Amino acid sequence: MQGGAAPAFCRDCLAPAAEGARRCAACGSPRLARHAELHDLHIAHVDCDAFYASVEKRDDPGLADKPLIVGGGKRGVVSTCCYIARTFGVRSAMPMFKALALCPNAVVMKPDMAKYVAVARRIRAAMERLTPLVEPLSIDEAFLDLAGTERLHHASPAVSLARFAGEIEREIGVTVSVGLSYCKFLAKMASDLDKPRGFAVIGRAEAREALAPLSIGRIWGVGAVARERYEADGLRTIGDVQRRGEIDMMRRWGEEGRRLWRLANGIDTRAVDPERDAKSVSSETTYDVDVADLGSLERTLYELADKVSLRLKRGDLAGRSVTLKLKTAAFQTRTRTRSGLPATQLAGRIFAVARDLLRHEATGPKFRLIGVGVADLCPASEADRGDLVDSGVAREKATERAIDALREKFGKGVIQKGLTFPPRR
Amino acid sequence: MKVTLERAALLKALGHVHRVVERRNTIPILSNVLLQAKGQSLTLKATDLDIEITETLAADIGQAGGTTLPAHTLYDIVRKIPDGAQVFQLQALPEADFPDLSAAELTHKFALAATDLKRLIDKTQFAISTEETRYYLNGIFMHTVEVEGRTLLRAVATDGHRLARVEIPAPQGAAGMPGVIIPRKAVAEIQKLVEDAGEEVSIELSTTKARFQFGAVVMTTKLIDGTFPDYQRVIPTGNDKRLVLDKAPFAAAVDRVSTISSERGRAVKLSIAEGRLTLTVNNPDSGSATEEVEVDYDAAPIDIGFNARYLLDITQQLDSDTALIRLADPGSPTLLQDRDGAAALYVLMPMRV
Repeated sequence: MQGGAAPAFCRDCLAPAAEGARRCAACGSPRLARHAELHDLHIAHVDCDAFYASVEKRDDPGLADKPLIVGGGKRGVVSTCCYIARTFGVRSAMPMFKALALCPNAVVMKPDMAKYVAVARRIRAAMERLTPLVEPLSIDEAFLDLAGTERLHHASPAVSLARFAGEIEREIGVTVSVGLSYCKFLAKMASDLDKPRGFAVIGRAEAREALAPLSIGRIWGVGAVARERYEADGLRTIGDVQRRGEIDMMRRWGEEGRRLWRLANGIDTRAVDPERDAKSVSSETTYDVDVADLGSLERTLYELADKVSLRLKRGDLAGRSVTLKLKTAAFQTRTRTRSGLPATQLAGRIFAVARDLLRHEATGPKFRLIGVGVADLCPASEADRGDLVDSGVAREKATERAIDALREKFGKGVIQKGLTFPPRR
Repeated sequence: MKVTLERAALLKALGHVHRVVERRNTIPILSNVLLQAKGQSLTLKATDLDIEITETLAADIGQAGGTTLPAHTLYDIVRKIPDGAQVFQLQALPEADFPDLSAAELTHKFALAATDLKRLIDKTQFAISTEETRYYLNGIFMHTVEVEGRTLLRAVATDGHRLARVEIPAPQGAAGMPGVIIPRKAVAEIQKLVEDAGEEVSIELSTTKARFQFGAVVMTTKLIDGTFPDYQRVIPTGNDKRLVLDKAPFAAAVDRVSTISSERGRAVKLSIAEGRLTLTVNNPDSGSATEEVEVDYDAAPIDIGFNARYLLDITQQLDSDTALIRLADPGSPTLLQDRDGAAALYVLMPMRV
């Protein structure tokens, strides 16, 4: 073999492929993975393709050739849309009315979270058979570090990942895209390059070059507002950042500038951390009809606080700050946070703070969305211990425990707070 | 309106009133200070709608009248001008727009020595809560109580973790006053104004407002509309383990060992056995520290943890060199006070260590 030859293998039958071959000699498949560093890279980002939509299509073959949108109600937003819907310009997080204007023939389904969670669990289990170093980012994507798994799987990380992608497709019936690189940042970039059913590799050699043309907004943590700020400074693409010096970026943007510069140059030393803790727990809902009435908002708020509380209790977590999120009928988002609270995981306490915040906001405008979140998380053992003037907490805790136990046994509807019932007309 | 006054006097008066003006205001008039010239004096008034401070100072009135001017700008100008001729023109707002916080009926009136007021506030202020959800803890609770035939004026503050209770014999006229919660911002103003006050401060109050008169300066404040919790209930009475120690070396030791603790938590463990107190801080990230101090103790040995910052806050407030700490068990509130005299009393919740 010559010095510059790039190793390759078939993504379908996993047989090694000859240099320059365009199809697999063993099975004839054209899906060959070829890269100079193919067998040296071990950090991967695995992302399910149009996850919710794929699950629905798997379960109802009649939907296979129809544009499918999964999302909440008439007023909600698109959670996921299939690739057919995407050809019409539909994107996730797009308001439903806009999506339907673009693609009036789309089939719209309400998300069935229980089903997706069950599927995601099976995928997660398959990932964990590959390596213990799985860092979930959301229900349908995760980072994996396959360093040192060669002897276990008798294959390089790249081959193991291709085998894994094939298994998921055959056994679970949804497709995934794999990005393989030497660090998390580039692995995530890579998984996006070849979607759906993709397998993309970014090696050390071409990292800077691959990043250069991308918008600065593609860097993790750079949102719309930050992007505008950077663009005002002449930083439109990642390449623009590369052309600045590290010191220069630090002078202008501080610690964040340094982070950007390092990522732009393909330097990312974050390890794949399977125990990366959640930073906050939140829940929100969009109304079918805009709501201004405080009573109705409060009822929704209680249900959301209840959901957040349940998730905290399941994770053995509690939080010291509560955030209320509202979106007005004019799509203006308002968030109000109260922090430095005694740590809590109780629905009643989370609700009390959120309601207090809500009362300052619900003074007339109509809202289309309301949400509540708990952050500044800590172990539940540090929470709800009461203090000198708070003697009621033990009772509240016992009450919520009892309610939770009843719900666990008989279902959520078995017992409810009076305030969640709408007033009688 | 035309007024001539001495710069130093105006600066001092503005210094008293301008602090209450918020730096950022949605209502423009609230950024201004009201000036009213009448007879032989100029009256300044500033407010944030919760607190109002007025001061009257002697002035040479060329032409009586009133106006309002940007408070912080005016203060900065008066602060910077040397003697000599300068001309500043400021945008004024009409006097009539200025809000009036004047109280309806103030039902109780009494006078307090400035040193007493200062003591009541200085020794409790640190325990005021900043937690908005329990807004009724965001101030000092002032009220009178009957104890063994004597009427006492008490100041109490708590944030749930520590509680401070200071009392003095109630002055004439205070008996029967409603219990009031003075908000923390007003407390901070009182702390500053009392420094320049004369011997006596006159206090008038009702259930909704209180007025403090420090010589020429008058501060009126709204009170927190809430019920202060029944604090007596949490002051332990059965703590039988008595620990007596020298305050200064103890505080220094707490300060030293807590150097090693992490920002959050700051727990210091007190292991108390006969005649000896061992302070320990364990921080898994940085290491540990231990120090021993001699104490007067002969009850059963006990290990108990406290927030180091809170321990220091309280020891700082104690007057005498010797502190008395009364403990029950590692999970129950602990009582701290001067060895002799229970005029100031502190309760501290332990932490798990």
